[in-house]
Amino acid sequence: MQQLKTFVMGGVHPPENKLAEKGAIQRLDPPKMAAIPLSQHLGVPAVPVVKRGDQVLCGQLIAKGEAFISANIHASVSGKVTKIDTVTDTSGYRRKSIIIQVEGDEWLEGIDRDQGLVRECSLDAREITKKIQEMGVVGMGGATFPSHVKMMVPKGKAAEYLIINGVECEPCLTADHRVMLEKGEELMVGIGLQMKALGVEKAIIGVENNKPDALAHLAKLAADYPGISVQALQVKYPQGAEKQLIKALVNREVPSGKLPIEVGCVVHNVGTAVAVYEAVQKNKPLIERVVTVSGSSVKNPANFMVRIGTPVSQLIEAAGGLPEDTAKVVNGGPMMGKALNDLEVPVSKGTSGILVFTGAESIRPPEQNCIRCARCLTICPMGLEPYLLAALADKKRLEECEDERIMDCMECGSCLYICPSGKPLLDHIRVGKNRVGKMIRERG
Amino acid sequence: MNELLNEITLFSVVSLGAIGGVAAIVLFLVAQKFKVIEDPRIDQVEELLPGANCGGCGLAGCRALAEAIVKAEKLEGFNCPPGGSDVMQDIAKAMGWEAGESTPMIAVLRCSGSRELAPPKVRYNSLMTCAFAHTLYAGEGGCPHGCLGCGDCVTACTFDAMYMDQQTGLPVILDDKCVACEACVKECPRNIIEMRKKGKKDRRIFVSCINKEKGGVARKNCKVACIGCGKCVKECKFDAITLQDNLAYIDYDKCTLCRKCPPVCPTNAIHELNFPVRKKKAEEAPATT
Repeated sequence: MQQLKTFVMGGVHPPENKLAEKGAIQRLDPPKMAAIPLSQHLGVPAVPVVKRGDQVLCGQLIAKGEAFISANIHASVSGKVTKIDTVTDTSGYRRKSIIIQVEGDEWLEGIDRDQGLVRECSLDAREITKKIQEMGVVGMGGATFPSHVKMMVPKGKAAEYLIINGVECEPCLTADHRVMLEKGEELMVGIGLQMKALGVEKAIIGVENNKPDALAHLAKLAADYPGISVQALQVKYPQGAEKQLIKALVNREVPSGKLPIEVGCVVHNVGTAVAVYEAVQKNKPLIERVVTVSGSSVKNPANFMVRIGTPVSQLIEAAGGLPEDTAKVVNGGPMMGKALNDLEVPVSKGTSGILVFTGAESIRPPEQNCIRCARCLTICPMGLEPYLLAALADKKRLEECEDERIMDCMECGSCLYICPSGKPLLDHIRVGKNRVGKMIRERG
Repeated sequence: MNELLNEITLFSVVSLGAIGGVAAIVLFLVAQKFKVIEDPRIDQVEELLPGANCGGCGLAGCRALAEAIVKAEKLEGFNCPPGGSDVMQDIAKAMGWEAGESTPMIAVLRCSGSRELAPPKVRYNSLMTCAFAHTLYAGEGGCPHGCLGCGDCVTACTFDAMYMDQQTGLPVILDDKCVACEACVKECPRNIIEMRKKGKKDRRIFVSCINKEKGGVARKNCKVACIGCGKCVKECKFDAITLQDNLAYIDYDKCTLCRKCPPVCPTNAIHELNFPVRKKKAEEAPATT
């Protein structure tokens, strides 16, 4: 058998636990009250364009992303804006949000809600990018980087490959898997649109080998769409990270501190490609997304199509309610996700999964001394020395941290996962990264 | 044989002597050329400073402060927090200058959200440093401005002037040990600790809260939060209290320590320290309203 492609350096293989793999995407009813945060994307928060008391329709623009790195936000429900106030969101802090009291489910005119596939597109590259920006599409993998910014290739650089990330290397999450299976056609058209906008000839969809059904389905569809190919990848975490995926698929290395465009690649998530399809062909803004609700104690692990702004508690309720022995609810995957401090936080554009952990699963092992086994060095996908970075960051030796390339760490959590002494390596590195980042900004 | 030995000895002595002489001249010339004239007063001043190298003066250490003082030829604008005005007087005496008056300062904790008054809603189970907890979430009690209770300030204190109260989950500052070096102020990711005037007889009045949220929200998380009602502002006759972003602040330069504001605060967010017990009313239990 031919060796499957993967990235070279480091990587771990945590238990997959993809419990909701077989669960078809279920559509959840809109909530009674939706809180739509103004900062759901990387960059500057959007500026509200509605005020208290306004009636809004589904898909109506309610906040405008005015800065270059920002994104538009649309109403995901129809009803009355009751207030614009701070609400605890997934960051753990109260942030400004638009709160809408839901009345009925009326959509803005011009949005094509028909499920039929529209393949033809008469728009040119610039118009497609503009449409993506208008509809507030952001990266759906979790980083929520505004997609239109990625579509604008800087002068003097050219994109050669469009890489579509269907890896979903995080354990437990199955949202992208279901999207690939159920929205394969839409995905292909979306990729076609992105290729047109970027002016590239080749697109590769990278899918890990633990999703054979998705691989077969996409390969069958791809035969119909010129330029798109599907590549099976060896199962390894963190293959879904941009730099690792580029290395795995086209064997190019993105230099430290640079973007993928440096090596002629643009990476988008499968969810983003489907959102692009809906934005351009159906005129539908990004107002709903697929969220996996899973966990060993959850009664019915499932994938839900939910409106942005739905409280997390409603999702858990739909999956069979919160189990009694729950100790931790995590937003995102088990490796990179963050525990929530409130279950009423709204689902945002970057919420890919809600994981419920029992007490035994969520307890961290007691911290012991480093035994110099060097496992963290072996598995670090960026080739860093996590034990050293953690120690230097703890001692606040920031210049040395910078020399040891602490800013290259992408916080994948592999070191923390592998450490036999249970040292919170990543936590120390995160603190260090914050401090070094501040130091660099002050330096100007 | 003897002659030969004599000759060798003589030759060695003469040649080595010559080399030594030349080297001495070169060294002398180099020393003249690169002579550094250091003010002897710097050593004198450094001697008088506490030598803790705490950085409280804003300079790299005691030596740096001594150099700066001698260079400026005056004491105005310099302050040695651990040494206080005593050290400054000593330096002034030694240098023959007039000593400026330095106000003694002390660190105060502007948060009273103890475990009892701001009950924890979630449990924190991660790296016990405030710097990390601050990046993760608002805090166990839910207040995004309040004390996280991981004790970064206690670790930063080099004078043993702070400890964590296990009962309340808040740090305690010891009046007699705090030297106002500001190490804790710089360490706190939420800027809770402030340097305030020590006041007459160590008496201080301050708002023990930095929550800038609306009253209702703040109150939900913490029983002793400042809710920005403005009662204290009205009560104060000296314009010492200002209200900004739902938070009252008492200017310690204007405050006359009249003790009018603490009783009017509906949430007991204004603290008074080291005052005699009030005669009429016995000391109220905090947050009974």
